[in-house]
Amino acid sequence: MKTIKEINEKIKKGEVVVVTAEEVIELVEKKGVKKAAQEVDVVTTGTFGPMCSSGAYFNIGHSKPRIKIGGGSCTLNDVPVYTGFAAVDVYLGATALPDDDPRNKVYPGEFKYGGGHVIQELVAGRDVRLEAAAYGTDCYPRKKIETLINIQDLNEAVLFNMRNAYQNYNVAVNLSDKTIYTYMGMLRPDLGNANYCSAGQLSPLLKDPEYRQIGIGTRIFLGGGIGYVAWQGTQHNPQVARKENGIPQAPSGTLAVIGDLKQMKPEWLVGASMLGYGVTLIVGIGVPIPILDEETLLAAAVKDEDIYTQIVDYSQNYPQCVGQSLGEVNYAQLKTGKIVVKGKEISTGSLSSYSKAREISEELKSWIKKGDFLLTEPVAKLPAKESGYTFKMLKERPIIEKEE
Amino acid sequence: MVSKRIVLHFPHRLVDQPLVYKLVKEFDLQFNILKAFVTPNEEGLMVLELTGRRENFDKGVEYLQSCGVRIQSLSQDVVRNEKKCTNCGVCVPICPTEALVVEPETRKVLFHNKKCIACELCVNICPPRAMEVHF
Repeated sequence: MKTIKEINEKIKKGEVVVVTAEEVIELVEKKGVKKAAQEVDVVTTGTFGPMCSSGAYFNIGHSKPRIKIGGGSCTLNDVPVYTGFAAVDVYLGATALPDDDPRNKVYPGEFKYGGGHVIQELVAGRDVRLEAAAYGTDCYPRKKIETLINIQDLNEAVLFNMRNAYQNYNVAVNLSDKTIYTYMGMLRPDLGNANYCSAGQLSPLLKDPEYRQIGIGTRIFLGGGIGYVAWQGTQHNPQVARKENGIPQAPSGTLAVIGDLKQMKPEWLVGASMLGYGVTLIVGIGVPIPILDEETLLAAAVKDEDIYTQIVDYSQNYPQCVGQSLGEVNYAQLKTGKIVVKGKEISTGSLSSYSKAREISEELKSWIKKGDFLLTEPVAKLPAKESGYTFKMLKERPIIEKEE
Repeated sequence: MVSKRIVLHFPHRLVDQPLVYKLVKEFDLQFNILKAFVTPNEEGLMVLELTGRRENFDKGVEYLQSCGVRIQSLSQDVVRNEKKCTNCGVCVPICPTEALVVEPETRKVLFHNKKCIACELCVNICPPRAMEVHF
């Protein structure tokens, strides 16, 4: 049994033993759980995939004379931002699109530029064009502003993503007879391909499946800088079916994360265009797991062949919320490049970059080894299965107009 | 017999010349136009699949070059922007010729330029749009 305090002492002295979530697999196989748990202090995870519920807020500073953008409208490089706050605080969502983007009018839409791309450009230090219109008040008389802004000049630029790092994800296929364009990529007809999106054995929440170590307040690698777990992510659902090793067999837990955008790097926050679907942001996240006991280590050492997920049809089952999984596969099978669905062998493609996830886990490892990154004690737990916390579908209710 | 896909760039002075007709008539070559852009007062571009006997093929290409047509082999057309590629691999099952494959050890996506037939399927489905068409 170790404590986070003891691990941090070792980090400061340069004596900490850190391995990646890949390396730990071999280590446990070689030395056994008991010995490895004594030796290893931290396991680093990583993931790098498209995460739509991401965005950033900015305080752009006050102009002379003052303008109250709150309640008005504002765009960054023509991409609309949310203005429903005070005078000069705005929030830019990853999937926001310029008003004149043709969207899916010419199907499948290309979605060349949107919120995710603006975030990446800001992080890269490029000037971005801000245009805003306001209604004007006695204290904020100005009604219009057009200016270049740069991330360095903003008071705050904070990445705040309400749902990232999904613990496991579906494998998407298409049972229909025409090509479909989804957030899981282009899916060819009649089981033409199968796309998946998880770093598997490197993915943060898959290596701490019951949220014993990762919690609110956990310090993480976020977009190349330092961030924190702010809350459970939206749609967090610890209730899905799990294997004996505790690993959910379908999308389950999620994280809401926050961090200073000014420290982040454009190679770890990448604007992306999903053909026929929209714009998103590819986010790099790495979470350190402190090895406080053998159980934690055992979970962190789970490998691809022990992580299962569901194959889901995105032509009917997913959009209509009907039907069942077409079967279960593990990540080792997915990574061979071929899986069998309904008796047909089909090629697999990944939306999440495993090689980048590996780089993140290595980068975080080097930060910890160098003493640049200390672990934090979570201030509260993420809701686990026992909490009863779950994820519900929307129950639609008719709106009845009341007569006066 | 050879069959090759080539890109022809022709200066605007040649745009009104029946060059492809000559390939058929004088060099007994079969052609299949895969793509063509002809803009007035600008360079014309055509992607052709040319099939015929080796010596005729070579003579036909020589003829085009003698007229001032610049010829490029097709494999150079789709280029991967290495800075943009995240090596996710979503293009891999879409590529019809296995020009895009995952290297098992590194899990990086390899692009075998020579296998590429420039169908461009990977271009718009690439999330960071790393596959670029260069003519």
